Amino acid sequence: MKKTMMGNFAASWGAQLSRVQVIAAYPITPQTLIVEKLSEIVADGELDAKFIKVESEHSAMAACIGASATGARAYTATSAQGLALMHEMLHWAGLARLPIVMTNVNRAMAPGWSIWADQNDSLSQRDTGWMQIYASSAQDILDSTIIGYKVSEQVLLPTLISFDAFFLSHTVEVVDMPDIELVDKYLPPYNPEYKLDVKDPRSFGALTAEEYYYEFRYKMQEAMDKAVDVIKEAGKEYEKLTGRAYKLVHPYRCEDADLILVTSGTIAETTNVAVDELRAEGKKVGNLRIRVIRPYPKKEILEVIKGVKKLAVIDRNISPGYSGIFSQELKSALYNEVNIPVRSYIAGLGGRDVKIQDIKDMANDALKNDSPNDLIWKGVKL
Amino acid sequence: MVIKFQKNDKPVKITGAKDMPPMPAALGSMLQNKTGSWRNVRPIIDYEKCIKCFICWKICPEPAIDIVDELPVINYDYCKGCLMCMEECPKDAISYEKEGK
Ligand code: SF4
Ligand code: SF4
Repeated sequence: MKKTMMGNFAASWGAQLSRVQVIAAYPITPQTLIVEKLSEIVADGELDAKFIKVESEHSAMAACIGASATGARAYTATSAQGLALMHEMLHWAGLARLPIVMTNVNRAMAPGWSIWADQNDSLSQRDTGWMQIYASSAQDILDSTIIGYKVSEQVLLPTLISFDAFFLSHTVEVVDMPDIELVDKYLPPYNPEYKLDVKDPRSFGALTAEEYYYEFRYKMQEAMDKAVDVIKEAGKEYEKLTGRAYKLVHPYRCEDADLILVTSGTIAETTNVAVDELRAEGKKVGNLRIRVIRPYPKKEILEVIKGVKKLAVIDRNISPGYSGIFSQELKSALYNEVNIPVRSYIAGLGGRDVKIQDIKDMANDALKNDSPNDLIWKGVKL
Repeated sequence: MVIKFQKNDKPVKITGAKDMPPMPAALGSMLQNKTGSWRNVRPIIDYEKCIKCFICWKICPEPAIDIVDELPVINYDYCKGCLMCMEECPKDAISYEKEGK
């Protein structure tokens, strides 16, 4: 059934359709609407779940960890400072191998106090053992939540789904809501082999000497590697049911391109439009949207970009002292594989709008310019 | 230290990652792990003074205090001798002795 809804509500309904059993949440702009809507859904009896109001985001994740450890399907949502406060618990969820799905509305880290779009919050959590998805539409948010549980529960790793504040969280789009019967068929109840159970007592996460800790890290890496294929399979199966395809990377008009722009989040959607306009002007430009950054889809990226003359990455994030994070990751993926110059752009930090013309400017600059090591701050006022 | 991991309800011998569960999930180790051997002081409850408020039972972090026949009873197999029970007892009903060895 098609409905119009804000990106935030697509997350709420994605969680409802996934039949989450425990929601533990603390409000933070621009995420609050997600859990507010879920609290209504639970209060109205439309979802059989326990809604736990907690005193901080650290506690929200701790409650999700406890719930997930008992075998319940757990969900929460957060943003920026809230996600940062969860940091310790994110590592815990990852290493405890709990298939929690969380929505993060990408919001700039303070100070200066900001509520606007920026990916630094979630990318700072890149190494906590969570799979990370960057959604670019409300439909993507809803579908990724359902697919997120499907994948997480198979590989036993949590999933973080991020999307841009306001550009997506508060923008109304048309979303096709799958029937619950269809989702039930796709996503069976979660029934883990290892769980907290008083009838079968064991201790989780207790003191683990170097004798074993190292192997747990190894197993986490194995699971991440496996996740690449599981994400592909889960995407294909979802496509069969709904007609909507989800992959780790989404190329757009890349086949014969001289230049491929590498993007994520809502900038990727604007870039598709910019690509159409550039093509109409006779410029062979394509767009490669990175949808999943953990596990890193190295092979899938190489398949798309091999043969292209130039790459340009647009990052709505920065690792201060180095460069944009998607750009670093792409360069490391290319090393020893192909020799393609990568031009790195920073754009849209703190919610600065990145318009079609801005993207065309960056593409034209990349087509003309051959110095790959520059870091270009698009539109910075000097 | 030997942690036994559980697979299909049986402890298994660990030679490497392939024998291990995905997460550190040990087989009831807190029952097997007799932490009482870590103790160097032994708390002792004076039942003459005890008013059965069970504050000690509530705060023992192990927890190593059980309620047996409506009295708090310390389980020395697990009591680590932290003396939080002694500190919190409102009637000073708990004292301690040094462990002999
Ligand atoms: S705290 Fe003291 S008085 Fe209270 S039950 Fe324990 S020993 Fe007795
Ligand atoms: S000494 Fe500590 S561990 Fe032992 S019974 Fe008292 S509170 Fe519990």
